[in-house]
Amino acid sequence: MSQAEQKKLDLLITGVGGQGAILASDIIGKAAVTAGLPIRAAETHGMAQRGGSVVNHIRVGNNYGSMIPKKGADLLLALEPMEAVRYLDFLKDGGIVIMNTQPIIPVTVTSGLTKYPEVSDILDFLSEKYIVKAFNADDLAYEAGNRLAMNVVMVGAVSGYLPIPKETLLESVKALVPQKTIEVNLRAFEAGRQKVEES
Amino acid sequence: MTMREYMLGNVAIARGLLEGGVQVIAGYPGTPSSEIIDTLAARKDRDYHVEWSVNEKVAMEVAVGAAWTGVRSVVTMKHVGLNVAADPFMTLAYAGTKGGMIVIAADDPSCHSSQNEQDTRRYAQFALVPCFDPATPQEAKDMLPYAFEFSEKFEVPVIFRPTTRISHGKSDIELGEIPVEKPAPNFEKLLDRWVMLPKNARPRHTHLLSIQQSIEDALAESPWNSLELKSDAKFGVIGAGIASVYAKEALTELGLDVSYLKIGTYPVPKKLILELLETVDTVLVFEELEPIVEEQVKMIAQEAGIEVSVLGKTNGFVPREGELDVSAFLEVLKKTFDLETEAETSGKSLELAPRPPALCAGCSHRATFHSMKKVFGKDAIYPSDIGCYTLGIQSGTVETTLCMGSSISVASGLYHAGEKRPICCSIGDSTFFHSGMNSLLNAIVNKANITVTILDNRITAMTGHQPNPGVGYTATGEPTVQVSLEELCKAMGAEFVSVVDPYKLEETQEAFKAAKEFEGVAVVIARQPCVISGKRAGIRRNPYVIDPDKCEGCKQCIKFGCPAIEFNEQNKCAVITALCSGCGVCAQICKFDAIQEVKR
Ligand code: SF4
Ligand code: SF4
Repeated sequence: MSQAEQKKLDLLITGVGGQGAILASDIIGKAAVTAGLPIRAAETHGMAQRGGSVVNHIRVGNNYGSMIPKKGADLLLALEPMEAVRYLDFLKDGGIVIMNTQPIIPVTVTSGLTKYPEVSDILDFLSEKYIVKAFNADDLAYEAGNRLAMNVVMVGAVSGYLPIPKETLLESVKALVPQKTIEVNLRAFEAGRQKVEES
Repeated sequence: MTMREYMLGNVAIARGLLEGGVQVIAGYPGTPSSEIIDTLAARKDRDYHVEWSVNEKVAMEVAVGAAWTGVRSVVTMKHVGLNVAADPFMTLAYAGTKGGMIVIAADDPSCHSSQNEQDTRRYAQFALVPCFDPATPQEAKDMLPYAFEFSEKFEVPVIFRPTTRISHGKSDIELGEIPVEKPAPNFEKLLDRWVMLPKNARPRHTHLLSIQQSIEDALAESPWNSLELKSDAKFGVIGAGIASVYAKEALTELGLDVSYLKIGTYPVPKKLILELLETVDTVLVFEELEPIVEEQVKMIAQEAGIEVSVLGKTNGFVPREGELDVSAFLEVLKKTFDLETEAETSGKSLELAPRPPALCAGCSHRATFHSMKKVFGKDAIYPSDIGCYTLGIQSGTVETTLCMGSSISVASGLYHAGEKRPICCSIGDSTFFHSGMNSLLNAIVNKANITVTILDNRITAMTGHQPNPGVGYTATGEPTVQVSLEELCKAMGAEFVSVVDPYKLEETQEAFKAAKEFEGVAVVIARQPCVISGKRAGIRRNPYVIDPDKCEGCKQCIKFGCPAIEFNEQNKCAVITALCSGCGVCAQICKFDAIQEVKR
C-alpha cells in the first residue's frame, strides 16, 4: 500500500435525527483538515432531522465527491442498531461495523404499525459478513457524565481506525463541544476508544 | 499563506459571496439553500445588508434594486422558489443589471426535502441567462467572485445552481481574500433599461440575444470547463456539475482510457464539445435531472454533420430522475460495454421498521391537528401546505400539498367546485406571510365557505428556525415591528378570527366548532411557539409521567402519535420517555387520569 492509500478511508455514520451524527462527523472532518488530509462529507438536513433516519458520508484522503459508492465504505459507525442495517449496501464485504446497541424506537413501532427487530438478531445478521464491534455507548456516555456524549463515545470508538492522530481528534473534540462539557466529552472519547481496543 | 477550513457547502458559498464583495443579500428560506443567509446574518463584522424577505419574488426585487445602483447583490432560494420569482426574473434578463447580481437557486435531485425535482438550468435557458453549475464546494466558493465579475461585464444577472450535495456537503476549503473596498451605490436613471414598457423591452430582447455568443465564448474559456483528450480514445464522457466528479472518480478507479469533458457553465462550451466529438465515435453524457447538455450535444453534432452516438437520458442509459452517484456511473458503463453485472449477493435479510421523520415531541401542530380531526371528522377535506406541519399527514389532516401558500386557494377551489363536505385547510405562519395572504384575500372576496387554520409557531421551523414578519426581529436579530396575524386577517375582511392555544384541547375544539358553523371564511389561529425555538428562548415545562396503576392500556395516548409516548406490551401500560417536552396534551387525552405532571 502506498502512503496515500493508507491515508484514505471511507466512513459511513448512521443514526437517528437528534443523536449528534453531524457533530461526530464534524469532529473527524475538522481533525482531518488539521492533519493536512483532504476531506469530503455529506450529511442529512431538513425533514430527516425530526427523528428520522440519518446518514453521513465521510471520505478522508479523497478529492472527488462526498458520496461513498455502494460497497465502498471501509467502516460503518452506527449510533443506533437498526440504522446499522439500513445502509449496509454502502459497506464493503468484510468491512467493520462499530455499533451502539441502544435502540431508539421509531413512531411506526410505538404506534403498533411494525416491530423493532431483536438487537441480538441484528448482531447475528451483521456478524455473518462483517467484523462487528458492538457495545452500549449510551451507558458509557452516562458513566462519563452525560448521556448526550454518546456521539463522542462513538468517535472515540472509531478513532483507532482513522488515519488521523489521536491528539488531533481530541483537539477537535475540545474545539467543537460546548465549553462546559469538555471534560465529560474527553472521558467519553477515551471510554469508546478503550472499548474497541479491548475487544 | 493559504488558509484551509472545514466547512459546509453553504458556508463556503457564503464565504464566496464575501470574497466577491457582495453588498446586499435577500432570500427566502428553503432546504437546501437556507444556511447561506443564516451564515451571513450571523457574522459580527457585517458591512452588507442581509435579509429574510417574505417570499422569493420580493427577495429577487430587493436584489434587483441593489444591483441597479451598481453594487453587487444576491438573492437565495431553493429551486421551487424560482417559480415564485420567475415573474421579475424573466424580465430582469432583458433589463439587465449594473452591479453584479447572482441568483442562487439550490436544486434538490431526489427530493430530499422538496415537492419536485425541477432543474434550474432550464430556467437559465428559458431566460437566456448564464448559469454556473459547481462540481464541489470548493469550486462553488471560487466560482462566486468570478460570477459577479461576469455578471458585471455583460450586465446580465447570472444563475448559480448548487445541488443538495454541494449545499449540504462538507469539505476542506481553501479560503481567499475578502475585499475591503466596495463601490458606493449610484442609481443611474437609465429609463430605457429600467422601464420595461414594450418600446424598451423589444430592443432589450434583441440585445439579450445578440450577446449570447460572446457569453458562450467567454464561458468556454473559463476555468469551469475542461477537456482532457486521450490520443486514440474512441469513447468520450461528458460530466456536468456535480455529476462530473462522480464520473471522474469512476473513470480513475477503473483506469479507463477515455476522453473526458467537464462542464460547469451554460450556455455549454460548444467549441470544447466539438473538439471532443471530432475525436470519438461514442459519447456518454452524465448529468443530474434534465438532459440539457445531452440535447445540446446532439444539436451540435447534427449541425456539424458529425456521426457520433450520444448515450444519456433520452435513450435510457442514464436515469432521468433522482440523484446520480459513482455507482450509477458504473452501472451505465456496464450497460454501455455490455459487462457482466455482479449477481446481487442474496443473503438473509432483516425486516426493518421504517423511520420516517415525525413532528417533535410536544409540537403544537400535532395538538392542533388532533382537535381539528375531532371536530371536523373523517368526512372533511384537509388541504395543507409546506412546512414541518406537512408531517401531519400522519394525523390524517394533510390531504393536499402543492406549493407554498396553496392550501387556502386549493380549499377555495374545492368549495367552488361544489364540494359539500366541510373543508378545513392549514398553513404555517411563515407560509401565510409568504403567499398565503393573497390566497386568503381571494377566498374572502370570492365568498368561499372554508375554515383556514394558521399554525402559528412563531418561526419558520422547517428550514432551521428563521424569523418571519410575525416574530418581531430581523435576520440579524435586530428588533422590528411584529405583524399581527389576527389584525392582518381582519383587515383583509375576515369576519371570523379566533386565536387559540392548541395545548388547550377544549378551547381549541370549541373554536373549531364555531368555525365549522360559520358561513364564509373562518380563520383559527393556533398559537404556541415551536418547541425547539421555544426551548432556545428559555421556555421550560415540567415533564409528564404515566401512573402504571391507573393506566388501563387503552392506547388513546399512543394514537396521538407523540414520539415521547411508548407502549410496554408486557405490562400493557404506556410510558413517557425522556423526550417529553411537557406540553401536557396527552394528560388531557387520557380518560383515566393516568398521566400527570411531575411537579418540581
Ligand atoms: S421543529 Fe418545531 S414546528 Fe417543527 S416539528 Fe419540531 S416542534 Fe414542531
Ligand atoms: S391514554 Fe391513559 S389509560 Fe390509555 S394507554 Fe395512555 S396512559 Fe394508559
